[in-house]
Amino acid sequence: MNPNVQKSSVVHIGDSPRRVEDHKFLTGRGQYVDDLDFPSLVYGVPLLSPHAHARIVSIDVSRARQAPGVLCVLTGQDAIDEGLGGFPPLFMPEDMGGPKGYRTSRPVLVADRVRHVGDRVAFVVAETADQARDALDLIEVDYEPLPAVVELSDASAEGAPQIWEGAPGNRCCMVMFGNEAATTDAFAAAAHVTKLELLNNRVSANSIEPRCAIGRYSGVDDTYILYSSLQNPHGARQMLAQAVLKVEEIQLRVVSPDVGGGFGMKADPYPEDAMVLWAARRTGRPVKWVPTRSESIATDNHGRDQKVNAEMALDAEGRILAIRMRSMHSFGAYVMSAAVAPLTFAVRFVPSVYNVPSFHGVNVAFFTNTCPTGPYRGAGRPEATYVCERLIDQAAHELGLNPAELRRRNLIRPDQLPYSTHTGFVYDSGNFPGLLEKALRLSDEESYPLRKGESSNKGLLRGRGIGFFIEQGGIFNDKMTLRFDASGGLTILSGLHSHGQSHATVFAQLVSDWLGVPFASVKYLQGDTDKISFGRGTYAARSSMIGSNALRIAADELIAKGKPIAAFLMNCPKDAVEFKDRLYSGPGGKQIPMTEVAKAAHIKAGPLASFGVGLEASGVWNTDPPNFPNGCHVCEVVIDPETGVVEIESYTAVDDVGRVLNPQICEGQVHGGVAQGIGQALLEQVVYDRETGQLISGSFMDYGMPRADDIPVMKTQLEEVTCKTNPVGVKAVGEAGTIGAPAAVMNAVHDALRAVGVTHLDMPATPLRVWNAIQVAKVRGQS
Amino acid sequence: MRVHIKVNQVQRDCEVESRALLSDLLRDNLRLTGTHRGCDTAQCGACTVHLDGVAVKSCQVLAVQADGSDVVTIEGLAGADGQLHPMQQAFSECHALQCGFCTPGMVMSGVDLLRTHPRPDTATIREALEGNLCRCTGYVNIVEAIRVCADRMAAKGV
Repeated sequence: MNPNVQKSSVVHIGDSPRRVEDHKFLTGRGQYVDDLDFPSLVYGVPLLSPHAHARIVSIDVSRARQAPGVLCVLTGQDAIDEGLGGFPPLFMPEDMGGPKGYRTSRPVLVADRVRHVGDRVAFVVAETADQARDALDLIEVDYEPLPAVVELSDASAEGAPQIWEGAPGNRCCMVMFGNEAATTDAFAAAAHVTKLELLNNRVSANSIEPRCAIGRYSGVDDTYILYSSLQNPHGARQMLAQAVLKVEEIQLRVVSPDVGGGFGMKADPYPEDAMVLWAARRTGRPVKWVPTRSESIATDNHGRDQKVNAEMALDAEGRILAIRMRSMHSFGAYVMSAAVAPLTFAVRFVPSVYNVPSFHGVNVAFFTNTCPTGPYRGAGRPEATYVCERLIDQAAHELGLNPAELRRRNLIRPDQLPYSTHTGFVYDSGNFPGLLEKALRLSDEESYPLRKGESSNKGLLRGRGIGFFIEQGGIFNDKMTLRFDASGGLTILSGLHSHGQSHATVFAQLVSDWLGVPFASVKYLQGDTDKISFGRGTYAARSSMIGSNALRIAADELIAKGKPIAAFLMNCPKDAVEFKDRLYSGPGGKQIPMTEVAKAAHIKAGPLASFGVGLEASGVWNTDPPNFPNGCHVCEVVIDPETGVVEIESYTAVDDVGRVLNPQICEGQVHGGVAQGIGQALLEQVVYDRETGQLISGSFMDYGMPRADDIPVMKTQLEEVTCKTNPVGVKAVGEAGTIGAPAAVMNAVHDALRAVGVTHLDMPATPLRVWNAIQVAKVRGQS
Repeated sequence: MRVHIKVNQVQRDCEVESRALLSDLLRDNLRLTGTHRGCDTAQCGACTVHLDGVAVKSCQVLAVQADGSDVVTIEGLAGADGQLHPMQQAFSECHALQCGFCTPGMVMSGVDLLRTHPRPDTATIREALEGNLCRCTGYVNIVEAIRVCADRMAAKGV
């Protein structure tokens, strides 16, 4: 199982054992959805809309139905005729006490009007994938194109084409936090006001394993099985059964086997998940769908896409008096998944780690003729951090202060904790000033002038930027179960779902440490609604806190349940038994390991049988109160003004993740997050043509995925400021890098470019954009 | 069309369509699903295998072009006794994989790099991985694993 762990050995919290997951992946024996095969498997492919906005006048599928190998062709009208429902949003602001918005219901297949390039119009099932794709070309759709809007400023403009009749002005919903009157007063009294307009670029998660799905149906008992690359199988079952297929949940089993990355994009089901199940019932055959990468980029929920006007008011000493923001957020063509989560967090975390006496923030969601957006790693926290950190650096520049010094004057001090923000959070723990100083030291701040001078001598521009952030790790409650077998082996049945996060290793590590069970005797089970009673999957960096605390509760209950059995085995009263140093101990130095007690709990007759059958316990943990991971990232860039190329010379991340369960895995999470943040800052953008709504960045040839030579060596340091609101003391780590990096990188880019007169640049800072900005500044300087 | 091909030391005889790719032959005909398809434009590198000893993206080779050749996939990299290749070991030690999907291609590319550059510096490793995308690790530990493997293989004179 794990070559460097002895069969009998216990692994502890804070160790970095070799991952349990690795061997199968390293030998090509992972089982992702496309690796699964079933007898008589057939293939389905959806027909995607080539128009951003069009009325469907007619669809003729007769030629496609006659094509070789074709078993069925489904359309939007078929979905209506069969009474299939649509995909609702997970929640809207009104569900949390906010103002009412416009709730869409996305159909499995569109019958009347397509609203983005990639909207699903028909589904062809054939004996082979090639036959299905060949038949797609034979479907004749008569579209009447309608004017399309892609950009937020166009969608919100007077007289803009309407995407939904029920949403005038393309406004979907809004959220608001803070106190408007107090903020207005604070701005009126300010010695200095800094203003910025920022675009947070639309990006695509692009997990290297595309979303894909297999549907099976049994007419014997009218039941379905969905195998799908999803982060949350129980949630998918709930939505598909209740809202779309309209069957009982017991009729639908959802399995998410090995999943090759999710990043929030796979958190909820998509129309294809319903299509394969529906087509499996119609054909009586298992139906597999695997997209091309271009189909993925056109149909996977995107992330970010926000336009913000933000202001910061400061007094004469550089103390923040207030922050105000007015923001627009694109939802694309439908409200999908937890789209409202980024809308909300993008406001709530703007005050960040600073003393902000007054705050007022509004974020309005708009419909556009683009693929829907949803939560993408960080979900609103990267947007919020970008607003606050860009404001601070800009203010420091305007006031002639060092950006670190301006932060020093405003950071919430440890003695101010617990600290309540104007956006409804109570920060329990943290050492923000300590993190700042550590990050500055680790990034060699002292010798920076020397490096800057050296670059300058070579005609290069060097800049340095800070990205400080705080976030909420986790949302909702969840359940973990521990179950011994008759040989003393322990199974973790997890409501959470790892798709790269290493749950099979870390959770095994915890229970091994707490219960004294050999690490190699712990099995981790997830991702199957028939095997796991209930769960909500993994997203929003929720697993480390919810999983570990739920497991702690389950472990404590196991210890208590095993006590009378241990007492019987040691022939002593129950009260004389205690569980310490991972063993049951009785009078006279007697000791019994948990595994022996578990074996005894399975004895079928005799006095032990009176204790019941087996040894099993569950724990539930809720993220209320939440935890607040935070970090200070420092980036140093060198820009060649002749080419506009931005090179990241060093990247330093100091992250307070609470108690560190497995340092190597935590650092791996930071690395991956930072790379995605660097990607957003320097390379990535989903681009639609402004006039036609055509997707321009529709393949890996066009979309700027970060490659190995785009990512620098990173200095990472984990700070253990124990969380005070959960017994294990963990915060979270999964989103840290993605939140801190865009701000740190762009602050560094601006710091470098100010020397040549560039005052503002939006992400991604590609060589062309940087070079153009330098040329414009040059011309401006001469005139 | 018939394709005669040696895969992981075993001679195979496959019937494929003329448009089938080597990746299709490996995955669909031979059920060697460790070779992954992550794109269709030769960008992601998840389908990297060794064709006659050289790393290629198997989505960029027609199955019929591989007729008569010798292919090694991720399933064939470990020894017959199950002993992992030093590259596989280094990936695990350095936590160079998270979701595991890009891993087979990364490992096959890493092995090929050390064949041509036994002691690559970090910049060379990063450049050599240009054709392999990873979304989880930020490449940091992948680069480290290849470096560790190179050191170890050099020390052993492999």
